[in-house]
Amino acid sequence: MPDAPAPPSLLQLFLGFMSIGLYGFGGVLPWARRIVVEQKRWLNAAEFTDLLGFCQFLPGGNVMNVTIALGARFHGAIGSAMAFVGLMAAPFTAVILLGLVYDRYSDLPMVRHAFAGLAAAASAMVLANALRIAAPLRARPFGIVVALATFVAIAVLRLPLPPVLPAMVAMSTLLVWRFGE
Amino acid sequence: MNSASLLASLAAVFMQLSLLAFGGTNSILPEMQRQVVQVHPWLTAHEFAALFALAQAAPGPNMLVVTLIGWRVAGLPGALVTTLGVAGPSSLLTFLGYRVWYRFRDAEWRRLVQHGLMPVTAGLIMASAALLIRTTSAEWGTAAITVVAALLFLFTRMHPLLVLAAAAALGASGVLS
Repeated sequence: MPDAPAPPSLLQLFLGFMSIGLYGFGGVLPWARRIVVEQKRWLNAAEFTDLLGFCQFLPGGNVMNVTIALGARFHGAIGSAMAFVGLMAAPFTAVILLGLVYDRYSDLPMVRHAFAGLAAAASAMVLANALRIAAPLRARPFGIVVALATFVAIAVLRLPLPPVLPAMVAMSTLLVWRFGE
Repeated sequence: MNSASLLASLAAVFMQLSLLAFGGTNSILPEMQRQVVQVHPWLTAHEFAALFALAQAAPGPNMLVVTLIGWRVAGLPGALVTTLGVAGPSSLLTFLGYRVWYRFRDAEWRRLVQHGLMPVTAGLIMASAALLIRTTSAEWGTAAITVVAALLFLFTRMHPLLVLAAAAALGASGVLS
């Protein structure tokens, strides 16, 4: 393999992101890094981290944003579209097939019970994700206050997100600026 | 409601969610639930949690719950509308922003905002977890699965799919009910 591989063609982008979509069970990001950096060498590790920093700064799933940005980098808007369709085609089909199967058999008690177990573990996945993200807040007392306030506003008071999000981000950013957490 | 206006409402809901999704799909689950269960009563809270679980069992990005909601509410056109709706606005921002990123990448305000976003995202994902757990772990058996699975996700390198499969098998065996 040469040291600096040529930029991927549209087809290679499509197929590369298709494999990312197929592999990624319960978190696509590690797979995206593995395939983009180690396997295909479309970016080096530092470039990938930089790109991820940008993607985390914007709304939208990180992997989705990485897909759009990489597609754009190599082939403009068409590249973004091809990479996106590549990423989503297989999972989109798979999830709808799962939905059909569930609809067909959800009346069976065993399927319902299996599903109760699956749903409990799926919630645990979100809980683990939340705890992992919250862990660095231990050193940030104001950060803990902001996280708790956001939690209460959304989970307890059930306030709508469109006003809560900008208010909390503004308050949080001011606290970081003022107290330098 | 006719199907064109149903698809239009779905598109409006999910395009707005797209712009709120700092930290990814897990951050917007409570607002998504509020919209599709309370504001537009398209699903029950239990159906919402079931579709979320189903989406976790499929490969790919975890935004697939959005695809399933669209499919459940309005069939295949619904699935396409919600998937493209939740991807569209944020992707457009990414596409346009990528060219100017280097100009503000090292700016002080960028660092402050990114630092400020983090606790908000943590609170939002915690809220998502709480709302899901309230629906999915109401009995001791399912609550135990949630606790054990969370510990496995956090402290072992066990493949997530294996944990999900084990939880489903345990459920199917009937020991939980």
